[in-house]
Amino acid sequence: MNWRTFAALLARDAHVARRNLATLLLQTMLQPMLFVFVFGRVLISSGMMAASYKGLLLPGIMAVTMVITGIWAVAMPLIAEFQFTREIEDRLLAPMRIEWLAVEKILFGMVQALVSGAVVLPTGWLVLGHGVGITLDQPALWLTVVFLIAVFSSAGGLALGCSVGQTQIGLMFSMVIAPMIFFGCVYYPWSALDHFPIVQKLVLLNPLVYASEGLRGTMVPHMPHLPTLLVAGVLLAVDVALIVVGLNRFDHKSVS
Amino acid sequence: MGVGVRTEGLRKVYTSPPPLAAGGGSFAPSLGKKGSKPKKAFQVVALDGVSLEIQAGEIFGLLGPNGAGKSTTLGILTTRVRPTEGHAWIGDYNVWQQQVEAKRLIGVVQQRPNLDFALTAREILSFHGAYYGVAPAERARRSTELLERFHLTDRAHEMVRGYSGGMMQRLAIARAMMHDPQVLFLDEPSTGLDPQTRLLLWEIIREYNRSGKTVMLSTHNMEEADALCRRIAIIDHGHVIALGTPDELKRSIPGGYLLRLKFSHNSSGVVERLRQLHGVTEVQTQSDGVDLYADRGGSLIREIVAVLADYATDLHDVHISEPSLENLFLHHTGRSLRQ
Repeated sequence: MNWRTFAALLARDAHVARRNLATLLLQTMLQPMLFVFVFGRVLISSGMMAASYKGLLLPGIMAVTMVITGIWAVAMPLIAEFQFTREIEDRLLAPMRIEWLAVEKILFGMVQALVSGAVVLPTGWLVLGHGVGITLDQPALWLTVVFLIAVFSSAGGLALGCSVGQTQIGLMFSMVIAPMIFFGCVYYPWSALDHFPIVQKLVLLNPLVYASEGLRGTMVPHMPHLPTLLVAGVLLAVDVALIVVGLNRFDHKSVS
Repeated sequence: MGVGVRTEGLRKVYTSPPPLAAGGGSFAPSLGKKGSKPKKAFQVVALDGVSLEIQAGEIFGLLGPNGAGKSTTLGILTTRVRPTEGHAWIGDYNVWQQQVEAKRLIGVVQQRPNLDFALTAREILSFHGAYYGVAPAERARRSTELLERFHLTDRAHEMVRGYSGGMMQRLAIARAMMHDPQVLFLDEPSTGLDPQTRLLLWEIIREYNRSGKTVMLSTHNMEEADALCRRIAIIDHGHVIALGTPDELKRSIPGGYLLRLKFSHNSSGVVERLRQLHGVTEVQTQSDGVDLYADRGGSLIREIVAVLADYATDLHDVHISEPSLENLFLHHTGRSLRQ
């Protein structure tokens, strides 16, 4: 393995991300923050929501921000780079096995997802004000879940980015991302779907559910949530599957 | 010590449309046999048994029309296209078994400029050097030198999105030279360049070659192949149809001169009489006339007109071309390179 090449590719991505930092932050942070403000402040202070909703909302917001950031950070550049301009060609020719370029993409997407989580958590907390009620009793378990979510987001970005063409980006958002968010137990716990048994079973196919519920289970354990160990197990399986699919698609897309 | 390039029985069948940058060209999908499932109908044989040996330190050209298999050959040699059959070597390294070692030795300029749009020109060169482990100080020195050489210094700090096609192409070539590769592959390098820049490019390629480096380029421009290459392989429909130095190839055309004649009507008597004219080596019948190969050009016209007059045939058009690679291609395929 050629680590010098790998490091240079990481440096290139970091350089580009630094240049686009403001856009990147706005793109991924603004919407969740608006949600936090409207749902967590406006609706609660006007008495339309219970104050305990703050604690339910924040883990969900952290999960969705991380997932969308990771997917966005990996998929969008890939879609553009694999278009007819083939911007990625130069990096595919770098003296390294091409799978490592995909691994580099996953690693870099993970870093971005983790950074977005690290930013959204305190910011969201700040916007929500007092009474969020977050307890991090099991920091190791929480970090494990956070890590698994980061892998899920960037490996998902790789798989999506290698499967979607530029003309299908709009479709990707309306067909994949939007349903994933709304049925991802981001704004409500999984148990809130008790009255919709079929939907409740179906959403279990959505990995974002495990991300939201996993963070809920480790940040606000007194709130309803899926068992955290089960969540971690499913996330691990999803991560492995997406890495395999992503690498495969990447290879297929890179070499004709 | 220079590094050579070798291929053995390369065959490539595309089962899905090749991406433009990798395959390029105008592929016409051959429809499958009657009764085969429509989904499996797409199959294009881009290469069919191409074996080449390019010596270390030579400039070697692949000449052929669009869709002949030039880009696919270069794609296989540069790890971008997986061969269906056959092998390729860069120096001692089998391209598809020792990819990383092979990649280290090569620099590649694709048919379309594929620059990294997220970077400035200088950054593109510098990061490219970094991928190959070139030290930072050396990267800065080489970037400056190449930007200067390719007349890009003024706009080195701009994002390349705003570059013209010619500037992008120049930068793509500079980038391929950034890590000082032993073998330089250029896929139709002068496409989109103005005549002045083309001459600059030729000079740079020659100079690069003088330092002992191997250059392999593809082109459909005979003038370019003739001016630059020590040896040329003429390729069509995935086959090598002729191989040699430009002079050898030109000498191999019967007669050398080609006279394309168009008549009011064709008859076997005319063709037979033309064939007997002094200096005529070959006559190929076309729908509205003949292609006549001979060892002289204009001086034959008077005799041709006389023959036609005997058969009450009008001469509508005459085109005389001197010995050239274009004629060679025409001789082998019956088609012009530009068709």
